[in-house]
Amino acid sequence: MTLKDLLPGQRGVIESLGKQSTLRKRIIDMGLTIGTEIKVIKRAPLGDPIEIKVRGYQLSLRQHEAHEIHVQVLSD
Amino acid sequence: MIKKTIALVGNPNCGKSTLFNTLTGSNQYVGNWPGVTVEKKLGKIKRSDHELTLVDLPGIYSLSTSTLEEVITREYAESGEVDLIVNVVDAANLERNLFLTLQLMEIGKPMIVVLNMIDVLKARGDVLNIQKLAQRLGVEVVEVVASKAEGIETLVETMEADHQPAKFIELYSPKILKLIKTIRESLKISVSPNLHAIRFIEEGMVAALDHGKDAVDLSALNQTVEEALKDNPLDRDMIISDEKYRFITEVSRDVLVRNASDKPTLSERIDAILTHRVLAFPIFLLIMWGVFSLAFGPIGAFAKTYFEAFISSVIGVIASFLSAIGVSDWVYALVVDGILGGVGSVLGFLPEITILFIVLSILEDTGYMARAAFIMDRILRKFGLSGKSFIPMIIGFGCTVPALMATRTLENERDRRLTMIIVPFMSCSARFPIYAVFAAALFKEHQAVAVYSMYLLGIAVAILSGIILKRYVTKGITSNFILELPEYHWPTLRNLTLHTWDKIKGFIIKAGTILVLASIVIYVMSTYTFALQPAVDAADSIIGSIGTFIAPVFSPLGFGDWRSSIALIVGFVAKEAVVSTLGVLHGVGNAASAGISELAAPIQNAYTPLSGLAFMTFSLLYMPCIAAFATLKREMNSWKWTLIAIGYQTGVAYVVALVVYQVGTHLGF
Repeated sequence: MTLKDLLPGQRGVIESLGKQSTLRKRIIDMGLTIGTEIKVIKRAPLGDPIEIKVRGYQLSLRQHEAHEIHVQVLSD
Repeated sequence: MIKKTIALVGNPNCGKSTLFNTLTGSNQYVGNWPGVTVEKKLGKIKRSDHELTLVDLPGIYSLSTSTLEEVITREYAESGEVDLIVNVVDAANLERNLFLTLQLMEIGKPMIVVLNMIDVLKARGDVLNIQKLAQRLGVEVVEVVASKAEGIETLVETMEADHQPAKFIELYSPKILKLIKTIRESLKISVSPNLHAIRFIEEGMVAALDHGKDAVDLSALNQTVEEALKDNPLDRDMIISDEKYRFITEVSRDVLVRNASDKPTLSERIDAILTHRVLAFPIFLLIMWGVFSLAFGPIGAFAKTYFEAFISSVIGVIASFLSAIGVSDWVYALVVDGILGGVGSVLGFLPEITILFIVLSILEDTGYMARAAFIMDRILRKFGLSGKSFIPMIIGFGCTVPALMATRTLENERDRRLTMIIVPFMSCSARFPIYAVFAAALFKEHQAVAVYSMYLLGIAVAILSGIILKRYVTKGITSNFILELPEYHWPTLRNLTLHTWDKIKGFIIKAGTILVLASIVIYVMSTYTFALQPAVDAADSIIGSIGTFIAPVFSPLGFGDWRSSIALIVGFVAKEAVVSTLGVLHGVGNAASAGISELAAPIQNAYTPLSGLAFMTFSLLYMPCIAAFATLKREMNSWKWTLIAIGYQTGVAYVVALVVYQVGTHLGF
């Protein structure tokens, strides 16, 4: 499952980052490391990009970037 | 007197610029980094026995990726010039900010951490143990609220005090620590050995080659690293960041007690409305409408009326003073007709331009720009652009130069190039006087419509250009959109004033130097012939002859008048000069009561509404002014692309103005 599949309001834990992901290093350095919890806040009005909350701040990325981030869904 | 140079480093949106402004006030100046022309902002704090020079570095998230701004920061922070690193940390966003803190500490220089936005943290109900944080990091930590100027005195005293170099925190796993030691010993880099050893683990050869090390020796070392990390589940570029963040997570649990309630913060509630599925676009349009109606609507017009009256009376006073002291007719004419007529016709727009810059500054400071980018990304992508292109486009309504620099947030070079080609189509404030003067003269009933349609035309051309150019410029690349959505902030008065004053100062200086000079040159060249005889008819003058020679080029566009050609050429120096040149050439200012209205009659004689519209269109779209041109060259770092850009812009201007005029003529306007 990837971050792209999470619905707004759902939480997940990062399992791995795809190798093709451009700016992979940037994503890592912004705190999206393995084991980090992510919450999807919302999608932009037109469905893409999405807004996530990670390490206490809000970050936006596109669906195709979210697709490279594999997560394990957390249930409440 | 003790002198110190201090590097101010921090994440984007950590309030670093606000802190810099609070610390140095108006005692700032701008320079350039050697070799690269990224803006370098310096400020001084002078006290009885200390002189601190603060260098405001670009906002960055990390030292380990290789964007230009990160390289500049890393190289400067390591350099011998810096005595102290001041790392600004957004306390309300501790974990991500501490990542850069740990990297900066690895440089091994004296360093202090400034915790900014403590008020936001407290308002959220979080509790941070600052002493414990200082203890865990081993560096001094000072808390401030830069926007309210709280804690500044303590900060200055701390900056003046002496500090030990930051200690290397052994936060890594034993395997990594051992590798760092091995690499450090074989690389023998004297400056920041730990930082470079760590970079070698992450990036391999690239990092060490920076220091002129021999690649042959290094491949063995690289092999050692590969071997040591073979069984590690994480990739080389991930392992260091991963361990740093493990440490940060642990420290953060130790020092920070988060408010457990899941109640949305004020910022989140505002965001829920501003990026709402249904409301987002109506609100966005309302905000944009607000920006323009504040600047160019009744308030702007009201301010302008009084300001113009003021300018006219100043010109009147100067004129009567000149006649009173009995200067020769020639000097009188040069000053009153040439300089005052030309410059006065532009200066009158100062109030409206000021309001525009204030409103744009507010948009930038509050954090709304990132949201606009967020909601517009999907749309802009269709046009080969990115949501991130949107921020420079809005800034472009103020001035093209900072707008081109704002394109640096676009990570992809080709994305960025396309954005830089279309940004100048966004009508900058210097072009506004052209539309205002022409609309007032030719479209009395529909002035506002005529002016706004120019702005819309600029946006439309920018978007269409995206569609056309994306095939050539950004073909086949995957672009990115990784953008932090910062907390909303109230803009501070100090930032607003400094920012706006900066822009207005530029406008006034331009009016006082370039426009004065251009007006004098134009005036003199329009009163003499090539044979240096006084010209009876301005059309026979030097400038008249040049204009007449060029004019046929513009005839198909409806403005084959020689004055139009000259105004457009001078407009390359500064777009304001289009109006000031027309002012000089049409002999405005004669009555010693120069004002904008006086250009109305000559414009009505020289243009029909249709040819006036074509002229406005051409002025909107053709190549930007010389300052923007220089910025374009610098940022694109390629003559080829710079020339393509301005060639394209001027070509588009010609074609669109031609279409406007020819189609309009056939339709019988």
